[in-house]
Amino acid sequence: MSLFRGVIAVLALLVAVVLQVSLFPHLTWRGVVPDLALLVVVAAALTRGPQYAAVLGFAAGLLLDLAPPADHYVGRWALALVIVGHVAGRMRMPGQGGQGAQPSASMVVAAVAACSFLGNSVFALGGLILQDPAVPVAEMLEVILVALVWDVLLTPFIVPPLMYLFRRLEPARSAYA
Amino acid sequence: MAVGEKWGDGPERREKRWRALDGFDARDRPSRSTLVALVLASVTLITLDHAGGILDPARDVVGEALGPAEQFTNGVVQPFASVPRYFRTKGSLEDEVGALEDENSQLRQQLATAGYDRNRLREYDKLSQSAAAQGHTIVAAHVIGHGAAQAFSQTVTIDAGTTDGVHADLTVVSDDGLVGRVVAATRKTATVLLLLDRDSVVGGRLGSSMELGFLQGRGQFGGDPTLDMKLVDAAVVANEGDSVLTFGSEDGAPYIAGVPIGTVRAVFSSPRETSRRVEITPFVDFTSLDLVGVVVPTGSTTDRALVDPRKDER
Repeated sequence: MSLFRGVIAVLALLVAVVLQVSLFPHLTWRGVVPDLALLVVVAAALTRGPQYAAVLGFAAGLLLDLAPPADHYVGRWALALVIVGHVAGRMRMPGQGGQGAQPSASMVVAAVAACSFLGNSVFALGGLILQDPAVPVAEMLEVILVALVWDVLLTPFIVPPLMYLFRRLEPARSAYA
Repeated sequence: MAVGEKWGDGPERREKRWRALDGFDARDRPSRSTLVALVLASVTLITLDHAGGILDPARDVVGEALGPAEQFTNGVVQPFASVPRYFRTKGSLEDEVGALEDENSQLRQQLATAGYDRNRLREYDKLSQSAAAQGHTIVAAHVIGHGAAQAFSQTVTIDAGTTDGVHADLTVVSDDGLVGRVVAATRKTATVLLLLDRDSVVGGRLGSSMELGFLQGRGQFGGDPTLDMKLVDAAVVANEGDSVLTFGSEDGAPYIAGVPIGTVRAVFSSPRETSRRVEITPFVDFTSLDLVGVVVPTGSTTDRALVDPRKDER
């Protein structure tokens, strides 16, 4: 059962990454595509918590770093998505019934917006530090903001189903919570 | 714990949650070490990749695995992505076709005139060089008309006139050598009598022996243009291949000195006339005459290109 859950999660990631690199380049807005992998990680974080999401984020980032069109240093997206997973996991509302609570829609959107900004910024800052490639900050900011808008726009269609999926896959915890 | 402090909204609620979330916190604690481990792993990967080459096999593996999936998705999406293009209006397409046709004809014209423009530029270059070498001021002009054969005179019209400082009795040269002299000028055009005309007599000097003679045209324009040279000293022998230059006139009118005219092609002895007839082939190809220069007096003012060698020295 645990293996099955892992396979399903990795499958979701794979689909997200493939769509991100091959479907959305046809639908770019100013050359920017939505961060589907990031949305998967955020959805996982909001249902399963920071630890699970960080691991999933590492896997997702690694996949993004290694998938064909990528030519940046391997580990940049991994680092960004680990941080995103952890932070998004912390955004769950632990005060209101712990991990079982359903976050409100506005909460989810806010989390996606924050995580999109955070993830893209960490990725861009990594590029800035490593000079890989050297891009002016103003251009970076524009891309980051466009990506944020994309991510928020796609959130209603992607995050709730994924959250449902992850909740269904979650091992029964009520026994010892 | 940091979680409790961050989300706490009052001491009493926090107290309650401490107890309620005990289990949650216990499971969350390893998250920190996991986070540190994952961040370190990422940084390690970046460092390894920065060092270069080590992660290429991993890249290859993922590329091999994901490549077909990406290709498949792309193939599925491509037809739909091109759908918006079907809905462009006929009007916009017509506009585009019109614009492209315009551009096409413009480019065609550029292509057609490219060789001509290049040749003209080369002529300008050579003309200005020869003017600079001879130290004369030259007004550049183009041949815009040839005199008809019915006139029985070999003249051309050039597009420079009195407003450009051109008047009668000025030497006309091209980049190859002497062309003729100006016989009449209007405000915008001038008539040039070519060397080939029967009425054209030019004083020439053999380049090798400095002997003088007079060159006269035969009135033939096409074919193999020839000038007849009569030497002043009948005893002088001209050699084939000798070049002939103008010896010039007083005040440089109508001919300035030292302009190449042609080469000696043949020498005929005529015992009856006790003289020698020398045939000269002019340097200038009169049938393709285009850019010429009129040697104007120094200090002439004009609004067209004036090649003045002294300007360069200043």
